Amino acid sequence: MGRASTIARRTFLIGSATILGGVAFGAYFVSRPTSNPLLKGLPEGQAALTPFVKITPDGITLIVPRADVGQGIASTQAMLIAEELDIDPSTTTLDPGQPHQAYFNAAVAADSLPFPAWNHGFVASTVRDLMGQVARLTSSQFTGGSTSVADLHETLRLAGATARETLKAAAAARTGVPRSHLRTEDGQVVLPDGTRIPYTELSAEAAAMDTVLDVTLRPASEWTRLGKPYQRLDIVAKSTGTQGYGIDVVLPGMLHATVRANPGRGGTMAGYDAETALSMQGVRSVVEVNEGLAVIAENTWFAFQAAQALDVEWLPPAYPASSAAMWQVLADARTDEFRNSRLRDDGDIKAALDGATVIEAEYRSPFLAHAALEPLSATVLVEADRVQIWTATQIPAVVRDAAVALTGLVPSQVTVHVLPAGGSFGRRLDHDYVVQAIQIAATMPGTPIKTTWSREEDMTHDYPRPLHMAVGRGAVSDGRVLAYDLDSVSPSLISSWFGRIASIPPGPDTALVWGAYDQPYAIPNYRVTGYAAPPLVPVGSWRSPGACSNSFFHESFLSELIHAAGSDPLEERLRLIADANSRLVLEAVGEMSNWAGVDIGPGRGRGIAFAHTHGVPVAEVIDVTVTERGIRIDEVWIAADCGTVLDPVNAEAQLTGAAIFGLGHAMNCELTYENHAVQQTNFHAFEGMRLHQTPLFHTRLLERAEQVRGLGEPATAPAAPALADAIFAATGQRLREMPFNKSVDFA
Amino acid sequence: MDLTINGSSHTVDLPDDMPLLWALRDGLNITSVKYGCGIAQCGACTVHIDGLAVRSCQVALADVWGEITTIEGLGTPDVLHAVQEAWIQHQVPQCGYCQSGQIMQAADLLARNPEPTDEDIDAAMSGNLCRCGTYPRIRAAVHAAASVMREA
Repeated sequence: MGRASTIARRTFLIGSATILGGVAFGAYFVSRPTSNPLLKGLPEGQAALTPFVKITPDGITLIVPRADVGQGIASTQAMLIAEELDIDPSTTTLDPGQPHQAYFNAAVAADSLPFPAWNHGFVASTVRDLMGQVARLTSSQFTGGSTSVADLHETLRLAGATARETLKAAAAARTGVPRSHLRTEDGQVVLPDGTRIPYTELSAEAAAMDTVLDVTLRPASEWTRLGKPYQRLDIVAKSTGTQGYGIDVVLPGMLHATVRANPGRGGTMAGYDAETALSMQGVRSVVEVNEGLAVIAENTWFAFQAAQALDVEWLPPAYPASSAAMWQVLADARTDEFRNSRLRDDGDIKAALDGATVIEAEYRSPFLAHAALEPLSATVLVEADRVQIWTATQIPAVVRDAAVALTGLVPSQVTVHVLPAGGSFGRRLDHDYVVQAIQIAATMPGTPIKTTWSREEDMTHDYPRPLHMAVGRGAVSDGRVLAYDLDSVSPSLISSWFGRIASIPPGPDTALVWGAYDQPYAIPNYRVTGYAAPPLVPVGSWRSPGACSNSFFHESFLSELIHAAGSDPLEERLRLIADANSRLVLEAVGEMSNWAGVDIGPGRGRGIAFAHTHGVPVAEVIDVTVTERGIRIDEVWIAADCGTVLDPVNAEAQLTGAAIFGLGHAMNCELTYENHAVQQTNFHAFEGMRLHQTPLFHTRLLERAEQVRGLGEPATAPAAPALADAIFAATGQRLREMPFNKSVDFA
Repeated sequence: MDLTINGSSHTVDLPDDMPLLWALRDGLNITSVKYGCGIAQCGACTVHIDGLAVRSCQVALADVWGEITTIEGLGTPDVLHAVQEAWIQHQVPQCGYCQSGQIMQAADLLARNPEPTDEDIDAAMSGNLCRCGTYPRIRAAVHAAASVMREA
């Protein structure tokens, strides 16, 4: 397999070395190697060959550094290693490992560049590779951007293959049978006479071997695990209540804490009176933390009660007090002064619009909370020479560095135990809750303290999806879309988020226009301009950042133009689409939904939208019915192409889950502000989709794309515009502002 | 205060007005019972009291009227309840945080309605939020469990 051997040649394989109780294997491609984190503190006679597979006499551990927030990536990482290692991953231990450069994420940085993901030209590819190097050096161990499989699918298979071949070499040395005559199966090396040697028995000998470098990855046609339906490794635990999450940590002698922060994020305190809180049952202390106060108590309930009894004089934050004032900031920022990017400027938009009948529309997308069902939580034990942190995070290296900064210890004295998350949707790409938990635990060295935010604190102190608006101007002629000009206005997500966790990268904020500038349409006169409004509320990455708003703007305006042109929404998109895989996806969704051939009847409507995000083209068709109780979403068809599908059962779950996420928030969710504070405090005012509203789904993955891509996010973005398009078809009403329940009722 | 949980007796020294949720989680370290909202909007804390599904965040300790069943009392990885088997068969969970509550709610539904329609499932299960959007598989798994339980 030519591609695999090319990778193997440029792959640096860490040489054999000893680890605690065994041998470790891994592989990564770089021009200069980083060290292997599994080598630390290894006794003599044991070996670590790479950072991803550890084999000791007692068992096999697979290092799965990307955080599982529900998307199933822990299982996928294990399956990638197991495919080459020939082992049942359910017989291994999965360990997220410690923060280390070996586990950097190159794909995150690459997808942030001002080149569309479907642009595989020389300049785009070269710059992406360079950015991968930069990300590695900055210890960019993100889980996000649907990048995990794109980043790791070759690395982890190489780690498995390297380990397998080195174990075979150890068996060959022991038995005298040439390595080429050996095979592997179920965690054992099998000799020609049928004799089996478990990997675990070979750990010490493998440790002494030179790593076998000439490994070739098996082609997908030979896979026995990947690409086939398999049971996610966490399904039994998550169906029996035995899965422990970050919030479930229990340590001996542990105390509990909660936080009460300024309702206006970034505002400070003029003073406070904690006397009542301190007199309440079970309360140990009240301490100052970032953004406010914390109560330490004997249990979470006592802490919650006491936090409400704190009498605090808050000072206002810098941002405007109300949503109305914030919308005005955005409206005022659509000027040259705030122009941030013009990454799409095809043809001559000015000439095309000049003298034409210009169609213009304005769109709005609200602040949204992430509202993972597991409220934010972290447990911390501070000791004289060590800090331990147990939490669900997507940025363990940032958490480690924060602990170093707060305690004055060195990185090797900080242990970050990354635990499964009860959802994230991007929220755990921030670490504000962990910083507070460290501050709290530092006031009581030697005592582990679990800090848990109340749901109200979680919802009102999010780093929400940014407020976002757009103005589209366009023209049509002879049934065709001739000119398309979109201005997208939002405070810079990248500046706000990177400003908190790293440093602000140079260049335009591509996230501001993700889902708009990077869509593969060949409209003759086509321009997308990003305007970075002044900062408002600090904001964060929300499932399919940028695109979750821009796709609604971009596709909705395209639908308006197509409607004005009198064309068919699918046919005109097929005429405009300039990317082969995207075309196939649109054709597929048309076929699946019988787009052209069905009259769906009175009181009903059918809509369509397409988005190319995270390297994955996705097309969605939605049918709705107008009922007495409101709009009912009946059926959704989704076609997508993420390249080779590694886990078909989970892939379907990610497509439907992402679409439900997009639909539910488009239907009924927003965060609004009065007096600087979020008005929605709990799920009664921020529902999303519930089971009775859930439509019937049909999904198809084409597997035509060359690159393997992740599916955690891509089906989110086109859901809202497809729903708006369907409601227009059913009612004649254009919905240009989310959430749609501002304008229509839902059944 | 004495509580019977999954057939075992437990004593907790906690205030009468403390929600059962927190007595279970922090008082007895039964962390399968999840905190999601605290106001009966999400269903993550659902347990059974005398066989009836209740939101444990809304039941004060002093008001606990009977024997408590948490998901461990329904079934374990070695001895699964039919609902749990269906959840595994259909690979329902994503993050899984809501699923203890979903499963307890579904078990309650099927105990009282062995052949639920889609509408029955909607009515019984729509109080349980799933932020990951596993609803299509929840619906399929409830039907599958119902079928298995009817044949048993």
